[in-house]
Parts: sequence; C-alpha cells; structure tokens
Amino acid sequence: MNGHRGTATRHWRNQRMTSIALLPLGLWFLFALLLQPALDHATVAAWLAKPLQALLAALFGGAMLWHSMQGVEVVLEDYVRGRTLTLSILLSRLTHTAAAVALAWAIFTIAAGGA
Amino acid sequence: MQSPAERPLSPHLQVYRPMYTMVLSILHRASGLYLSACSLLFVAWLAAIAAGPAAYSGASRFFSSLAVRLVLTAALAAFWYHFFAGIRHLAWDAGLGFEKTSSRRGAAVVLVCAAAAFAATMCLTQAGRWLMGSP
Repeated sequence: MNGHRGTATRHWRNQRMTSIALLPLGLWFLFALLLQPALDHATVAAWLAKPLQALLAALFGGAMLWHSMQGVEVVLEDYVRGRTLTLSILLSRLTHTAAAVALAWAIFTIAAGGA
Repeated sequence: MQSPAERPLSPHLQVYRPMYTMVLSILHRASGLYLSACSLLFVAWLAAIAAGPAAYSGASRFFSSLAVRLVLTAALAAFWYHFFAGIRHLAWDAGLGFEKTSSRRGAAVVLVCAAAAFAATMCLTQAGRWLMGSP
C-alpha cells in the first residue's frame, strides 16, 4: 500500500460532507429551475442575479463538481489500474477544475449584471 | 499525486450472479457517473446565460432538441435515484439498515420514492411538461 496515512479517511469524510450538503442544495436547484415561470434569458438571468440565488447556485455548483470528482475517482480506483489510472484521474481533475472555473466566471458575470 | 498502482482492483462484475443489492449499487454508480457528465451541460447552460441573450438563444435551440431533452429527462431520473439511494448510503454510514429485511425494505423504498418523485416532477411542473414536448 502506498497511500498517504489519512488520505483515504479524509477522502471518505469529504465525500460524505459533499453528499450531505447536496441533499438540500440539489433539491433547491432542481425545484428553483423546474418552477421558473419561463426559461428565456431575461427570466433566468434575473433569477440568478439575485444575491442569495447566486450564492446558492455557486454553493450547489461547487459542491456538485467536488462530489462528482470524488465519485469518479472512487469508480476509477476500483476498475482501472496503473498508468491509465493515474492519467484518467488527472484528466478527471482537470475537467472538473475547468468546469469549476467556468462556473465561477458565469455566476460572477450574471450576478454582476453583465449578462 | 502518489501512484496507487499496487492497490487491489475490485473483482469484475460479470463473476457475480445479479442480486438486488448489486443492481442497486451499480445503478448508484451509473447514475452518479451520468450526472457527472450532465454537470458539464449545467455549466455550459450557466455560461450561455452569462454570455448574453444571443448566445443563450443558440443554447436554447440546442437544449430544446429532442436528443438533449431525452438526455435531460434521463438526468432527472438519475438525480432522483441517486438522491434517494444516497440517503440510503448515508444511513448505512450511520450504521442503520444493514439487516437483511431492513436492507430489502430500504431498496424498495428507494425505488418507489425515486419513481414517484420522477413522475411528479415530470407531470406537475412546467419544465417537466416542456421535457415531454409541450411548448
């Protein structure tokens, strides 16, 4: 075994933290989206420009992408090995990080009224 | 990142006879991976809002296409399944529901709740009816 001591425990605990956070945040996002009166640009931009809604969207998106990265890694560790494993985890982390950057930019732009 | 190369692999799935415990576990992973892929659609949608009305109207045509609406309908089903199965996993982590009868009951509750929540969100919300093709 060559994992660092505590790494697996921290990974396990962080995954539980994001799953618990996503129970209310996921429900909020789903219902807020499903109950929008319309899905045209003016309506959704006005929804996400409200400070609390923008904050919740950022929390939801951040927790979801983090949880997604954790989950993808657990599956990869179970079914892939060696160099392919290292490369696929790296690719997953890069994709999730790029998505998080795009998410932060989008929410900031919408909340700042620039959309 | 340290190399995890020498860690053991899980036994591959085809050596097992399918059982409900295993089917639900695979569904949890499959729905999670599917939602991971769909999270990129979520980010793309937010980016289209941020990019302004012109970009958003292009994105709207993409999201309204039949293929993408089917993808999103499956994402809604995956969301509800992963949501309720996730609660079951958290209950396990707290040491609850491991007995054979309670585990079996938990599995049934997860499937019924996920199916009911999916049906309700599809039929009772504006966006659900939009997914099914009404304007």
